[in-house]
Amino acid sequence: MSIAELPDIQPYSLKKAEKEKLLSSYLTSLSQHHYACCEPYRKMMDGIGFDPKKDYHSIDLMFLPVQLFGMIELCSVPKEEIIRTLTSSGTSGQARSLIYLDKETAANQTKVLTKIVSSFIGTKRTPMTILDSESVIKNRNHLSANAAAITGFSLFGSTRMFALNEQMEVNTELLNSFIEKHQSERILLVGFTFKVYRFYKELIKAGIKPDLSNAVLIHGGGWKKLENESVSSKEFNNKLKDVCGIRRVHNYYGMVEQTGSIYMECEYGHLHTSVFSDVIIRRANDFSPADAGEEGIIQVLSILPKSYPGHSLLTEDRGILLGEDDCPCGRFGKYLKVTGRLEQAEIRGCSDTYDGKIN
Amino acid sequence: MDNLIHIPGEEPFSENAIAYLDALAHILNKDPGAKNYPEVATFAFFCRKGNLLKLKKKWLSENSLRLGRGLVFHITPSNMPVTFAWSLVFGILSGNVNIVKVSSKKYAQADIICHAIYELSKEPEHQRFSARHVLVSYNAESSASTYFSSICDVRIIWGGNATIDEVRKNKLPPHSFDVTFADRYSLCVINADKFNDEKAPEQVASGFYNDTYLFDQNACSSPHLIVWLGADENVETAKRKFWKIVYDLAKARYNFQPHSAVDKLTTFYYQAVQSEGIKKADMPDNLIWRTELKAVSKDIDKYRCYGGYFSEYKASSLKELANVFSNKFQTLSYYGIEKEVLIRFITQLKPIGIDRIVPIGKTADFSLLHDGFNLIDTLSREIELI
Repeated sequence: MSIAELPDIQPYSLKKAEKEKLLSSYLTSLSQHHYACCEPYRKMMDGIGFDPKKDYHSIDLMFLPVQLFGMIELCSVPKEEIIRTLTSSGTSGQARSLIYLDKETAANQTKVLTKIVSSFIGTKRTPMTILDSESVIKNRNHLSANAAAITGFSLFGSTRMFALNEQMEVNTELLNSFIEKHQSERILLVGFTFKVYRFYKELIKAGIKPDLSNAVLIHGGGWKKLENESVSSKEFNNKLKDVCGIRRVHNYYGMVEQTGSIYMECEYGHLHTSVFSDVIIRRANDFSPADAGEEGIIQVLSILPKSYPGHSLLTEDRGILLGEDDCPCGRFGKYLKVTGRLEQAEIRGCSDTYDGKIN
Repeated sequence: MDNLIHIPGEEPFSENAIAYLDALAHILNKDPGAKNYPEVATFAFFCRKGNLLKLKKKWLSENSLRLGRGLVFHITPSNMPVTFAWSLVFGILSGNVNIVKVSSKKYAQADIICHAIYELSKEPEHQRFSARHVLVSYNAESSASTYFSSICDVRIIWGGNATIDEVRKNKLPPHSFDVTFADRYSLCVINADKFNDEKAPEQVASGFYNDTYLFDQNACSSPHLIVWLGADENVETAKRKFWKIVYDLAKARYNFQPHSAVDKLTTFYYQAVQSEGIKKADMPDNLIWRTELKAVSKDIDKYRCYGGYFSEYKASSLKELANVFSNKFQTLSYYGIEKEVLIRFITQLKPIGIDRIVPIGKTADFSLLHDGFNLIDTLSREIELI
């Protein structure tokens, strides 16, 4: 099944019953596709009890823990059809995920990302500032999560500049002349959350306050690192507003394992699932679906991954389902809050005598 | 610290050592806090004079002339609260002077024992003996390990393999050597025919619970592979009965950690990709994860998780496993198997690996034999006299 068969629907236009029907059928056929085309996936599914002939409801579909993509090569197309690989930023102690993209999956990622983002900021291309250094996108065939996001968002830029130099300092002159030149236009700012914060700190350090009151910022992905600096998202937004007047900020939740089908934050601060994706919050003790309002492990579903079996994944993030089809912003679908990282287990045992890090 | 080098080794199980440890046992037994920690009570019980005299008889041959090797440097685990104390006792009983690196992590059990050792050092009759050991604590950046390594006669490193590699970067004097306890893998063999007739199945399953869940299934001796012997129909019945009891125990007592659910699922899928024909057995939730094997591969030790993840296999006999064992295998715990069968298994099939064979429920017991080392002999030198 190809995404072209997906009717041309708006990202937030389907209500529960319709969306579940659509997703269940798409995701089941994706499971069958990966079962047929990816041997390791087939072995995993045989072990857990997947029936390739059954029509699954999306809530009953098996899910792979994201860290498996750093442990096993998981690819559902012949190697020669891979045009790009994506890597995760790699949390400490874990291998980086490797995600294999063929032409079709890469194109669909772009298509869906465009649909989602343009429903928030419109389809018009406007000048874009990337809150990162240019070196981040040097190798186009092998992209980090960071770079994949930037490349994706670049479609919305009529012209673009990088706000930071190689040393991660603000390109002050470049930035000022860019802002001046595009005074009358809306500037799109994009970046990894952590890099955006870096940008903010650099502005403070340099003592400059560029006027970005006419800009819209889209950021995501790096909040794990921000947690260490204990900056809440509200504080984050306030700080940016103070130093450069940015008023419109959209955070998004997403991961390299499901690039494209991101969860954008609406005007009410809720992260929204689109018709291309879904979340199920699961209880750790038995993986049963949690009730709305109950915290659990986030499972993410996406209809995009076809060249690798990443359409149903168990993350290591904790989240809460806030509601479905009833967000005051008017968008349909589930909306959620990401509450943090699932803490590593504290385990006893006799194989750890070293107090420091071992590398 | 330097003066520790000049204290000579004593004969193993010396009167001073026994008197010292017996006094330590007394202090621990009187400590009201100790009652809450079975591992402290077990330790104190071991240190009693009566027990030590029994051990002396068992482990020391009367004609041998032995002295402690000198200074033993112990590097003990940071995630096992009382192992440091056991390591120290092995050093004391074998007649040595000891420097014990204790983790900087705080454990109530460790505090109780350290406090008792400190109290004892103030008693006049044990002051001299107390000067024979030092407990130290320092972080990874310190160069203390380099120094202690350079002056010790034996260095004991309680694993992780990565830690052993790291510690070994510090040179030892030419005559000195390491006793290392590397990462190990353990299994449990259960005779289903016998289990079905067992009058107290709860006791057997509770022993198994202690072997595994008490240490988050992460002690070297905790079983990860469960091998069932017996008639097919008996195995099925026994499995149901056994896991039901273990599950109820874990449900009531075990502190389930959410991340372990993700790790168990990950381990299962990883194992599924690398092996042939494994199946997840039905369980009510993620507390116990059972993976049924069609065959036991030589790399079975790679597919392990903590917190209750078991690979299960039905074997026709112990013989079938002989080829699977490698030097990674440490403890074989058993239920319903005759000792003679176990002895024959070792002598006839000569498996690589397996250093301990103990009844189910006894895997965590400390003894003077550890990972195949007789610690009294290893930590002392025998003087030839003709």
